[in-house]
Amino acid sequence: MQLYTRRRLTHWLVMVLSVVATAFGLLWLVLVLSTLVINGVGAIGPSLFTQMTPPPGSSGGLLNAIAGSLAMTAIATLVGTPTGILAGTYLAEYARGNWFGEVVRFVNDILLSAPSIIIGLFVYEVMVIRMGHFSAWAGAMALAIIVIPVVVRTTEDMLRLVPGALREAAAALGAPKWKVIVMIAYRAAIQGMLTGVLLAVARISGETAPLLFTVLNNQFWSTNLNAPMANLPVVIFQFAMSPYADWQSLAWGGALLITAAILLLNITARMLAAWSSFKP
Amino acid sequence: MSAEGTALARGAARARRGTLPDRAFHALTLLFALLVLLILSGVVFALISGALPALGEFGFGFLTTQAWNPVTEKFGALAPIYGTLVTSAIAMLIAIPVAFGVALFITELSPNWLKRPLATMIELLAAIPSIIYGIWGLFVLAPFVQQYIQPALIETLGQIPGIGLLFAGPPLGIGVLTAGFILAIMVLPFISSIMREVFETVPAVLKESTYALGATTTEVVWQVVLPYTRLGVVGGILLGLGRALGETMAVTFVIGNSHRIHASILQPGTTISAALANEFTEAVGDLYLSSLIALGLILFAITFIVLALAKLLLLRLDRQAGR
Repeated sequence: MQLYTRRRLTHWLVMVLSVVATAFGLLWLVLVLSTLVINGVGAIGPSLFTQMTPPPGSSGGLLNAIAGSLAMTAIATLVGTPTGILAGTYLAEYARGNWFGEVVRFVNDILLSAPSIIIGLFVYEVMVIRMGHFSAWAGAMALAIIVIPVVVRTTEDMLRLVPGALREAAAALGAPKWKVIVMIAYRAAIQGMLTGVLLAVARISGETAPLLFTVLNNQFWSTNLNAPMANLPVVIFQFAMSPYADWQSLAWGGALLITAAILLLNITARMLAAWSSFKP
Repeated sequence: MSAEGTALARGAARARRGTLPDRAFHALTLLFALLVLLILSGVVFALISGALPALGEFGFGFLTTQAWNPVTEKFGALAPIYGTLVTSAIAMLIAIPVAFGVALFITELSPNWLKRPLATMIELLAAIPSIIYGIWGLFVLAPFVQQYIQPALIETLGQIPGIGLLFAGPPLGIGVLTAGFILAIMVLPFISSIMREVFETVPAVLKESTYALGATTTEVVWQVVLPYTRLGVVGGILLGLGRALGETMAVTFVIGNSHRIHASILQPGTTISAALANEFTEAVGDLYLSSLIALGLILFAITFIVLALAKLLLLRLDRQAGR
């Protein structure tokens, strides 16, 4: 009977601890998000989207930073998505069970989790030093390198979920392999692949470290992709670290904006994945 | 007859090789798969060539000295390496038990309708960008730690001889402990989602037969689920460790950036990635820049080993599950 009591006691203790751990995890989500809303809402207003980043002590907005971030994210997505999809297609359709595929998959997984600041260093060495100056192109390339492994991974996973019977049916009708892939497999896996792209966009829209030594920052409006450009993450970093209250307030506004966009992208991606025709 | 035969043979050969667009598409996808390899080898090559001047100047001593003086151009990586390892260790100490608790709750205790929303909410912690954790850590967490947690630690653990050294000094708020704590929150979702996934691979029959023998949920998890998923759990922990080692912005905000090794974890320090983020754009002089790139190389080497190990363990688990 004593043994039984002891076992029951351990059992209840572990159960309570596991509930506490879950509450502990959720607590931080609530705390971080509520702090963001409390501090950021005051800075959100029309001027945030219509004015440039101000010098300390005067009012302004984040227009140039928002535009810069959108431009670089768009270029990175445009470069990274096709690259990732094609490489993922190779892994799923042509490299099943061969050693070269295993190597590419391994390397891709390393890139997927490699510290993003290392990617920034790489682009600095390859582009910034060669060109002699910081530029939005370099920043977009650094972001594209972060997009690629995410898209490769989801494309491969999603293509593998497409039933073989679909491919065989198409092949039996005489479709060549490339047509089977592009017109059958892609169409069947499109939601999943789109999910991957959305998650990749969400991931790069908050990336700061690789931008620090590639685009730098720019206090003014600039559409020159060959020059430093303002961008939200680096502006938030500089403004939050500054001693000026109005800069800090803008940093909170920008932080709220980025987080809201990223959470929205994530939730959309998850809903899309839930709708997709083939579930893992 | 024979002409027909060769035509047939030619047709069969073409079908095997595929038509021209077929081969072109194959080559195109292969090209982009090669590009993935090219990026990683480019990263390795760029880091090594950039780090060579510093490594040539300081040799092996670069790893073992803690001097970091841009004026006299004496650089050693010991303090950032130490900071990186200690903050990650603190993060793992906190994150592993919590992640285990979360995974346990979601897989074994939670009612079915709650599983998905809970898992999603924990995973959203991973979606919040690093810089947001940084600004939150600097303005909210650090003052809280300074006012309540650090004085309490100094008065209790700090008074014990021996380990008291770890908790000595004035309460500054920012420092190694705060950085480690933020890292713990950031890697928690990575570890717990992998633990949850591998826990779900345990065959129901195994768990049910243990329950049928009269085991409690705790005993089922401890004696059936954990042994069955050992590799995956360790893989998930290593993956989280890889994240913690390379995390940049959040740490940069709260660690205090001092290139000195303090015994106390309440004092400021630095990590490899924080040193890079803070100093890289302001580094003048080739040797300074090269030393920073050498730091990057060390970080890459450490994370590469940890991630490769994680990947191999998870791969073995996949084989074991027959996937």
